[in-house]
Amino acid sequence: MSVDRRQFLKAAGATGLLGLLGSPLFKIFAPGELEASPELKEGMAKSAKRWAMVVDMKAFPTEESYNKCIEACNNIHNIPHIENEKHEIKWIWAEKYENAFPDSYNGYVSESIEKMKFLVLCNNCENPPCVRVCPTKATFKREDGIVVMDYHRCIGCRFCMAACPYGARSFNWRDPRPFIKNLNPSYPTRTKGVVEKCNFCADRLYRGELPACVEASNGALIFGDLKDENSNVRKTLRSKFTITRKPELGTFPGVYYIIGGS
Amino acid sequence: MIEKALSGSKYYWAWICFLLAVILVGVAAYIRQFHYGLGLTGMSRDVSWGFYIAQFTFFVGVAASAVMVVLPYYLHDFKRFGRITILGEFLAIPSVIMCMLFIFVDMGQPTRILNVILHPTPNSVMFWDMIVLSGYLMLNIVVGWVSLSSHYKLVHPPKWIKPLVFLSIPWAFSIHTVTAFLYSGLPARHFWLSAIMAVRFLSSAFASGPALLVLLCLLIKRITKFDPGDRAIKGLVTIVTYALIVSIFFVGLELFTAFYSHIPGHMQSFKYLYFGLEGHGKLIPLMWFSTLLAITAVLLLLIPATRTNQTTLVIACIFVHVSLWVDKGFGFVIGGFIPNPLEKITEYWPTLNELLVTAGIWSIGMLVLTALYRIAIVVKVELEA
Repeated sequence: MSVDRRQFLKAAGATGLLGLLGSPLFKIFAPGELEASPELKEGMAKSAKRWAMVVDMKAFPTEESYNKCIEACNNIHNIPHIENEKHEIKWIWAEKYENAFPDSYNGYVSESIEKMKFLVLCNNCENPPCVRVCPTKATFKREDGIVVMDYHRCIGCRFCMAACPYGARSFNWRDPRPFIKNLNPSYPTRTKGVVEKCNFCADRLYRGELPACVEASNGALIFGDLKDENSNVRKTLRSKFTITRKPELGTFPGVYYIIGGS
Repeated sequence: MIEKALSGSKYYWAWICFLLAVILVGVAAYIRQFHYGLGLTGMSRDVSWGFYIAQFTFFVGVAASAVMVVLPYYLHDFKRFGRITILGEFLAIPSVIMCMLFIFVDMGQPTRILNVILHPTPNSVMFWDMIVLSGYLMLNIVVGWVSLSSHYKLVHPPKWIKPLVFLSIPWAFSIHTVTAFLYSGLPARHFWLSAIMAVRFLSSAFASGPALLVLLCLLIKRITKFDPGDRAIKGLVTIVTYALIVSIFFVGLELFTAFYSHIPGHMQSFKYLYFGLEGHGKLIPLMWFSTLLAITAVLLLLIPATRTNQTTLVIACIFVHVSLWVDKGFGFVIGGFIPNPLEKITEYWPTLNELLVTAGIWSIGMLVLTALYRIAIVVKVELEA
């Protein structure tokens, strides 16, 4: 059978059209079936109007106690271990008082505070500068206050890193996969050229679990709904004096610190 | 008209071949970066923008500076710029192209660049930067090409070109304003968080761009049969002088606010750049070099004897351009990242691969500039003959 130019073009056009329409048609007639759907039982997901965390420094007596939280996060989220500090990926890590709270540092801190290391992580701000600057909405704030990343949309412009006042964002300067010690197959790895950060374990909350660091903290990290008066976070904020990082910037961080110490 | 770019002397072709060779090296370096990731550059978690974005910022200024010949000619009937408006517009085109390329090579996921259009986000300054830059590119291509080709055909330019010319004037200011907003709207980056950033950018652009144009005019006068005219060059030199002095004045304003208020955050980046901070000071020699060039250039441009002498004028213009290139095309961006938000210091220096990619982009810019100027000059010379 011979096909002339006109017939060929017709056939090619029809095939192309089918290709274009095919996938949306599938979606109309069989919604949701093409997407991976994690097992979720009714009422299982933890939900909140605004998730927040309190870091109780008094409850972190030793280096080991907060390192457990960092390790739990690193392992679960497939955080690569990159030796070169310039290319490090960090979701949650520990800093000295003068680095975590540079604006409140007066040069003379007590010995106990001097020894302390403060867990720092994405503040999941109420008013996040990173979300404001992202040109593709690859980073956005969810209704429950968590600031998340879409690794498949991120173009790697790093505007969010310039905007973040807390240095909470890391960029994959190279392929991170060879640097993951123990791969957790149930959590995605990232690719080179995208930005990532802590997301308050949004996926674990969805499955009804607490964030990994909170679970490993032995009560030193308190997690709950800031908008719920009866939540443990609000109870703690009512009874203890807390501070946040760089409050003068109006970002309204979702991570509070009980400094304690003497 | 375009065929004019395809004929030339053996020197013309040697220059083109040289540029093509550098472009090839740049492309090879970029392919390496594309496969490995941006880790091949000197950038880091703390200094997350480097040479690419700094060069982008500088060339937005050069592009915007075309308005300094367009505005006096069209709005004030400043006739002596009539011979060089096309040179201004044709300088803007490769500058914007370089800006776009610098942004592109800085992307972690360059294949997703269309996400900026597929998911338009008006709250991001980068979205607006894309709009104003591509708009400005189109305006200059259309205005430059249509004016030149009507000139070539010995007809009056079409009426519809005038509104586009007038539109291109505020548009030029907008590209550099939006570029300044990329920086000046970020909390906790004290060095950039300044309301005068946009005017500071514009003033340094109106010095560095026209200084480059003066050099190009003098070069054209020397190697082609086209004479841009001494009076046009004199006009440009006046603009360079004022803009440079205003630009230095603005830096002075920043220094006063930072050091008289004595707020550490406002002082730190300046300290890092000019004196070093906590033992770190990789950029100190470069910044003082830039300062020295700027001051020398001001003197050379203010003293009538050196301003009118062509040799010293050339030196002055080179000094202006290089000084502002160092300041804006390097120090300004790096300084803003040091110290980091946790007041720690990570220094930055571009890698060889990064510099090769940069050289490739410059060469693309120069190639486009060469071709466009060749067309414009051949047309002008043919008409005058």
